[in-house]
Amino acid sequence: MTNAIDVRGLNKSFGDKHVVRDVSIQVGEGRITGFLGPNGAGKTTTLRLLCGLLTPDSGEGEVLGLDFRTQTAAIKRQTGYMTQSFSLYQDMTIEENLTFIARVYGLENRQQVVNQALDELGLQDRRGQLAGALSGGWKQRLALAAATLHGPRLLLLDEPTAGVDPQARREFWDEIHALADRGLTVLVSTHYMDEAERCHDIGYILNGRLIARGTAEEIIARSGLVTFNGEGPDVGKISHALEAQPGVLGASAFGTAVHVSGTDKSALEQAIAPWRKAPYEWEQVEPSLEDVFIQLMADQVDDRYAS
Amino acid sequence: MSRLSLSRIAAVMVKEFTQLRRDRITYAMILVMPLVQLLLFGYAINTDPRHLPAAVVSYDHSNIANDLVATLQNSSYVDVTHQPNSEAEMDRLMRRGSISLALTIPPDFTHHLLKGERAQILAEVDASDPVAAGGVSAAVAALPAQALKHDLLGPAARQGGKPPFEVVIHRLYNPEGINAYNIVPGLLAIILSMTLVMMTAMAVTREVERGTMESLLATPATPFEVMIGKLLPYIAVGIVQTTVVLTLARLLFAVPMAQTAAGWLALASGIVLFITCNLSLGYLISTLVRSQLQAMQVSVFYIMPSLFLSGFMFPFLGLPGWARAIGEVLPVTHFLRIIRGALLKGQVLADMSPDILALAAFLLVVATVTVARSRTTLD
Ligand SMILES: Nc1ncnc2c1ncn2[C@@H]1O[C@H](COP(=O)(O)OP(=O)(O)O)[C@@H](O)[C@H]1O
Ligand SMILES: [Mg+2]
Repeated sequence: MTNAIDVRGLNKSFGDKHVVRDVSIQVGEGRITGFLGPNGAGKTTTLRLLCGLLTPDSGEGEVLGLDFRTQTAAIKRQTGYMTQSFSLYQDMTIEENLTFIARVYGLENRQQVVNQALDELGLQDRRGQLAGALSGGWKQRLALAAATLHGPRLLLLDEPTAGVDPQARREFWDEIHALADRGLTVLVSTHYMDEAERCHDIGYILNGRLIARGTAEEIIARSGLVTFNGEGPDVGKISHALEAQPGVLGASAFGTAVHVSGTDKSALEQAIAPWRKAPYEWEQVEPSLEDVFIQLMADQVDDRYAS
Repeated sequence: MSRLSLSRIAAVMVKEFTQLRRDRITYAMILVMPLVQLLLFGYAINTDPRHLPAAVVSYDHSNIANDLVATLQNSSYVDVTHQPNSEAEMDRLMRRGSISLALTIPPDFTHHLLKGERAQILAEVDASDPVAAGGVSAAVAALPAQALKHDLLGPAARQGGKPPFEVVIHRLYNPEGINAYNIVPGLLAIILSMTLVMMTAMAVTREVERGTMESLLATPATPFEVMIGKLLPYIAVGIVQTTVVLTLARLLFAVPMAQTAAGWLALASGIVLFITCNLSLGYLISTLVRSQLQAMQVSVFYIMPSLFLSGFMFPFLGLPGWARAIGEVLPVTHFLRIIRGALLKGQVLADMSPDILALAAFLLVVATVTVARSRTTLD
């Protein structure tokens, strides 16, 4: 398998703020890679570095087989980038926006390309509507159509589904899979855990460092995490109390259940002992990605606030 | 309805101050701009222009003629700055607007004067700006009464109160002293500057503010392509504005137009060049500021000296030297000479080459800086 993205030792600072630290990332062709991490972790900055919108302080490698530092113009022609905030022209119609993109990329048979995009979007009858008047979900779909209009080989999506309703999110992901099936490589940032599960593999970035990489199963297996699930009343209070216990790396409440994770099983059992009685029911469960990420964040917490 | 709350008013007030403090450029504009304007324009503006440059060609080399020139020199209205060798040379100075007064003393002046015959000198005054022309005309008209008081004995002095000689005044370019002839073409310069600089100043800033810059930069379009693509429509806007203003100038104010094809060609070249200068300047501003509001403020800041130091409001030659130096850097100054030259003085390209070159140099510098500053990345 060849890599669509293969960069090593990426660094970027804004002033004295080191935002991307020694990030090396490989993305196989045709793969959908989820780029996860909390706000401010450096996801957007990394995506911008990859598509030539920011100049890295250091780092080397190839994007689509081209030197990502020097051949940015050629990379741009074959890359679709969907920005975090809607960045089409709100005061132009849907069709005008698409036509503009088609022109900028110098597409031949422009009219046909735009028409086809409108058909696929199902926006043929609303082509004359201002892009700014569309609802959130439609805006995202239009932005995706605009980012793929020129037939890119690589798609960089920055939190494409933020603030979009679940139904629209599902359809959006169906679309991304359809694109990947056609051979597109997709790198998509998100902080929805459920979306991570729709990716072929995942990268987790925290405080500028890529600290986990692989498929969801690999990451979970590598974490060495033990997780207990407890059900019963007042789980919120219990999760707070548990967090302070030794051996507990993460505890969080989900509805009427609490998830407690740690790497030391006996320490964990000791921590939950006070509540291991009726009406509570405890069982060891397979850790979820979220449990793993909560642990990863806990590990890095000092570093994170240090800078 | 709830009662008026002082603490809520205070909350909003403190918030406004906090935001104002954060916006450095606005802050600077509010505090520095009035100071700069007060000093700049307070010293520069002079509604009674003095020390306007004059040229003298004297074919009479007598002491009397020399004294006449000395008297003129003593007047605070004109300074004799040029003593060209020929009238042709003096005409050229006059047409270019380098002098406000051209005085010719004929060879037989002293001869006529001493014999008590009608002695005359010719004073040509640039009347395209009626304000400047007023002072100059008064100064030369007073010459016969003041000059030669000590020189004349014999027949010339005995003319019984009658002035010893006569000044023939020719008011050139705008003989009737119609203000509109001078102001209306000048307004075109100001209108073009105000609208075009401001519009393009917002062109890039708007993309940054609305977040569309990021998408645009992710496309293969280069900054130079973006700049040209953004400027071209405004060149058309400028040409439409010019056409409208000139048509109205002709219909409503009867302002003279260029007379010949060469004149129109000169005018058209000057206009297109001037429009492009303004657009590039606006584009440069847009690469410097962070918001559309700041773009607007900087544009206004630029317009002020263009009003006062260019020769639009006050005669350029009547400004102090340092103010003229600033004025020479402004495109409006040169465009005013071009358009007044083309409309009032029948100038062709050869006459206005210094100003055309000045505009071209301005354009070159600004465009180079702009391209150098244009962003290919979001860094
Ligand atoms: N242009 C910039 N100038 C200064 N700091 C920036 C800039 N862009 C991003 N940052 C900072 O870099 C960090 C990472 O930002 P970003 O990459 O946007 O994170 P994410 O997309 O993961 O939320 C944040 O702390 C942010 O404030
Ligand atoms: Mg982001």
